[in-house]
Amino acid sequence: MRNVAVIGVGMTKFGELWDYSLRQIFTMAAIEALEDAGCSNRDIEAFYVGNMSAGLFIGQEHLGALLADNAGLKNIPAMRVEGACASGGLALREAYLTIKAGEYDLVMVGGIEKMSDSPCTEDVTTTLGAAADQEWETFVGLTFPGAYALIAKAHMERYGTTKEQLAMVAVKNHKNGKNNPKAQFRREITIEQVLASGIVADPLSLLDCSPISDGGAAVILASEDMAKKFSDTPVWILGSGQASDTLALHDREDLTSLKATRLAAEKAYTAANMGPKDVNFAEVHDCFTIAEIVATEDLGFFHPGGGGKAVEEGLTEVDGKIPINPSGGLKAKGHPVGATGVAQVVSVVEQLRGEAHKRQVNRAETALTHNVGGSGATAVVHIFSR
Amino acid sequence: MAHLESVPMFWRRMKSLYSLIGVECLNCGKKYFPPRLICPECGGKEMKDYRFKGTGKVVSYSIIDVPPKGLKYQTPYGLAIVELDEGVRVTGQLVGCNLGEIKAGMRVETTFRKIIAVNKNGVIQYGYKFRPEGYPRINNGEKK
Ligand SMILES: [Zn+2]
Repeated sequence: MRNVAVIGVGMTKFGELWDYSLRQIFTMAAIEALEDAGCSNRDIEAFYVGNMSAGLFIGQEHLGALLADNAGLKNIPAMRVEGACASGGLALREAYLTIKAGEYDLVMVGGIEKMSDSPCTEDVTTTLGAAADQEWETFVGLTFPGAYALIAKAHMERYGTTKEQLAMVAVKNHKNGKNNPKAQFRREITIEQVLASGIVADPLSLLDCSPISDGGAAVILASEDMAKKFSDTPVWILGSGQASDTLALHDREDLTSLKATRLAAEKAYTAANMGPKDVNFAEVHDCFTIAEIVATEDLGFFHPGGGGKAVEEGLTEVDGKIPINPSGGLKAKGHPVGATGVAQVVSVVEQLRGEAHKRQVNRAETALTHNVGGSGATAVVHIFSR
Repeated sequence: MAHLESVPMFWRRMKSLYSLIGVECLNCGKKYFPPRLICPECGGKEMKDYRFKGTGKVVSYSIIDVPPKGLKYQTPYGLAIVELDEGVRVTGQLVGCNLGEIKAGMRVETTFRKIIAVNKNGVIQYGYKFRPEGYPRINNGEKK
């Protein structure tokens, strides 16, 4: 099987981008990625785009062709990949597999979501609720924050994880986001502010939740030959793993851990011939503060139940033992759902190239990205090295 | 949510929402709610209807303050994952008790309630919610 590298990355600023439409946002990211890779729009052989719900957010489907057209990719095969908030990570994996299999040499992966065109927060809550089981969860009143609240309660009950520890995840990620010019939130917050920010779904407060964001990201993947032709600083994808689980949270064996994450990580680690100790830093799916704590346990950085204590001890800070979300994560960088999995790759590549400026992690040689759909029914993990 | 207001979508689920009808795999005996056509455990395709008793215990819970569309009039409401005595888990609202009294491990039973009353088709959708077992011992703070 062939080696695959990331040779170009681009992303827009995340936030409420009132001035730009979905197609404009994506195209800006795509142009940046093409320029970064040093290749032309006509060199790209195929296009995969991750998007959760343009149909519900803005009434637009058929994004593969729409965005390929706008990005000047002309008549190449183009398609959308969907796995709720994991859509971006899944698009990356599909593109990676086609190059590995020898079908293409140069593929663009996109991720896009335009959430702020929704008339009100209730509409966004409802659309995000579509990632859960509509008939047996959403119908009876489960919301997306509600699902993670059920996970948080179970984690607190079993391991003694505290609301303060949850808040510390938000505080850390805002601190990191301050140094990321593309982050939605570039201001620090305090534990007290998180705890006083108003309950969304007990025990989660508003500042435990990632925001409503618009944003686009794009990366160019290349086969080894093509990577050497276009790039002096390719970032290699060493391993890729994906798994699924029941859509309904209540059907899972354990509420304090995401089995799909554990399975996806196992496959990625095996493929990369690495373990959690070999990873220098990670961008993980912190759609809610509890999600980061659970992720750091499921990915093997800390033992089950040790994630809360780890953030409290500063182990996940940019200068800690295993920096988690040096980009600011979904919490501070923003979470345009379909774009997130691709934006994580953009962040990782900047770090591995040593171009992350004030948020640069020391000895950044290997990295992991972790992208989750819904309350954990889809998980995808990738491992990178420079 | 517009889709959840669909009459046929509701009608298809009525048996399960009204009477907690799931299935039992005739090959391995595993029970499922809602009904499935194939058993993920043994691959069995012969299923027979199984009516759950509706009693169980709270596994995890939350109080929802920001609801999806259509449930605003009920907020804040208690929501729980309940493990039924037959071992199968379901999600449902908790009623008939003060929100502050909800605890993991508390015994509950199903109760037949209005789920979505505001519906553009004029259909009031009913289904199961959970209340403390032995209700009505406590009845203040109840949400309909
Ligand atoms: Zn069976």
